[in-house]
Amino acid sequence: MKIFIPKDTSAVALDADDVAQALSRAQHALEAEICRNGSRGAFWLEPLVEVELAAGRYAFGPIGVEDVPELLECLPDRLEDHPKYLGLTEDIPWLANQERVTFARAGLGDPVCMHTYTKLSGFSGLEKSATLTSQEIVTQVLESGLRGRGGAAFPTGIKWQTVLDTPADQKYIVCNADEGDSGTFADRLLMEADPFQLIEGMVIAGAAVGATLGYIYLRSEYPLAYRQLSLALDIARREGYLGENILNSGRDFEIEIRLGAGAYICGEETSLLSSLEGRRGLVRAKPPLPAKEGLFGKPTVVNNVLTLAAVTTIMSQGSQYYASLGAGRSLGTLTVQLAGNVARGGLVEVPFGVKLSDVLKDYAGGTFSGRPMYAIQVGGPLGAYLDSTRWDTPMEYEEFAKVGGMLGHGGVVIFDDSADMLAQASFAMEFCAHESCGKCTPCRIGAVRGAEVIDKIRKGDRVNENLILLEDLCETMESGSLCAMGGLTPGPVRSAFKNFDFGVKGPDKSLSREGIS
Amino acid sequence: MFDVERLNTCISVWKDRPGALLPLLHDVQSAFGFIPPDALRPIAKALNISRAEVHGVVSFYEDFKTEGVAKHLLKVCCAEACQATGSRDLQQFVEDRFGEMPTKNQDKEGISIEAAYCFGNCASGPTIELAGRMIGRVTPSKLSRLLDDLD
Repeated sequence: MKIFIPKDTSAVALDADDVAQALSRAQHALEAEICRNGSRGAFWLEPLVEVELAAGRYAFGPIGVEDVPELLECLPDRLEDHPKYLGLTEDIPWLANQERVTFARAGLGDPVCMHTYTKLSGFSGLEKSATLTSQEIVTQVLESGLRGRGGAAFPTGIKWQTVLDTPADQKYIVCNADEGDSGTFADRLLMEADPFQLIEGMVIAGAAVGATLGYIYLRSEYPLAYRQLSLALDIARREGYLGENILNSGRDFEIEIRLGAGAYICGEETSLLSSLEGRRGLVRAKPPLPAKEGLFGKPTVVNNVLTLAAVTTIMSQGSQYYASLGAGRSLGTLTVQLAGNVARGGLVEVPFGVKLSDVLKDYAGGTFSGRPMYAIQVGGPLGAYLDSTRWDTPMEYEEFAKVGGMLGHGGVVIFDDSADMLAQASFAMEFCAHESCGKCTPCRIGAVRGAEVIDKIRKGDRVNENLILLEDLCETMESGSLCAMGGLTPGPVRSAFKNFDFGVKGPDKSLSREGIS
Repeated sequence: MFDVERLNTCISVWKDRPGALLPLLHDVQSAFGFIPPDALRPIAKALNISRAEVHGVVSFYEDFKTEGVAKHLLKVCCAEACQATGSRDLQQFVEDRFGEMPTKNQDKEGISIEAAYCFGNCASGPTIELAGRMIGRVTPSKLSRLLDDLD
């Protein structure tokens, strides 16, 4: 018998370590082996304990320490008597109905077991790429239609082609693992549950563009991801998947992890590069594009964790397979992260094009508080707050843009009807003020003024004039900021005012600007 | 005065590597608990940059502290996903008890409190980090119990 208890930030935050300890005390009597697997991303069921018997893996969840004695009594032949019994894990509809591609392996075994990874077809993408020329790899990625998963959705193949075509004595692969958006945890889950996949993706990227060194820029808030990645890197190095002449391809590649230091802005690629170089995380003007002059002035691929992970599937299963998933210009799978006030939160991987409302209906299970859903912020702190009339939108980059929203990294933060939308609008400005790198004045100062103006509106102080002022400020931030931090903060602010009714009427257009003092 | 030997050990690990300043500062901070002001000059010298540049980096990043922190550090996630599940109440509870965040170091209960923005536990918030441990689904009463259990 084998018992699985996830070693995952969310599971551990809900006492998975204590559950594991309680189970391990009974380990001998049970003749069971205990495995700390990764999470499957069904965080609403964490800690999700699985018991493997001849017929398959049976799930129990959420299991607290207090549930362990009864669980032990039910093993191994009265499983269904336990009140937290969920049946075979693979039959849980919440998991079974998803289309797991990038997260197919998550939670199946020990995340840093090389044997498990290769048995589940890990490194088959890298083996394939070892037989191809750089251009052939880039062409595959181009044909797959893969777009950057970090939020900006830039076509990955075009970025790679640019780096490949730029001659240099040194090129770099930089993995952006600075997943700072609230409501997102897909990168974390991948790094904690399947770190070899990221490593494999980076080695393929290196082969594709002729880079020999990769950096993973990981946020310091993810200590467990750091631990798992570090272990995985050591093992990969030992097994010959990193280092010189990888898989006899004649190509070398090495990876180093660098920790961030608590700055949200470092998720912006040029700021990230500044930080990696050992400087303040100031945003840089583009051009020059990082693909031409990136890290230390050399051609650099900067890709999100999930983008690099997706490349392993494209290489192993072919670009046609990948492009067959999804809709419109958004191809492949989207990892929706159900977060905030949600009953069944976690990671839902589905092909692009599924409506947000369908994901809510099929997976969210209502709010955690039991009150009606009211506002949903999609795409992180810079994404718009959507009211219920906009939830029918298909989850594609272009479709979301049409309703004034942003798909971003796929984070879906649900608020119930107790949400104070004016407070959320104000928070968007406060967060921008707190996290602005300070380079652009509209962002640095505009956000501070924005929060003040919203505060005045809240107090009923010259509401009309202040609304006009706020719109003016939003326009300035939007057009006068180098990066998305200042440029997109007006998104959540405007949407909170426009999409929700909280007793503040829109500005009276007849009022002239001269009226504002 | 601080242990110069320990600082030199940190410096020697990173001195000749590209983009060394952040990892070096992380190492210095884990060695001393914070970045001692007297460490800036030797770090600048070793990396051949100005002391102002080192100071600029230390002050830019939230993680780097310039003075010792209290025995226990409490971080309360104040980002949107946690707000949606009641982190504003949690914040209120903390501020009622300890004063506005971030609190001054070394208060009488030996605890420093900071706001944090996302631990990636967004499906089971509100989230806090207390004495290095991440905890989910935290209500004011749960936090009160956790604080009582601290030594």
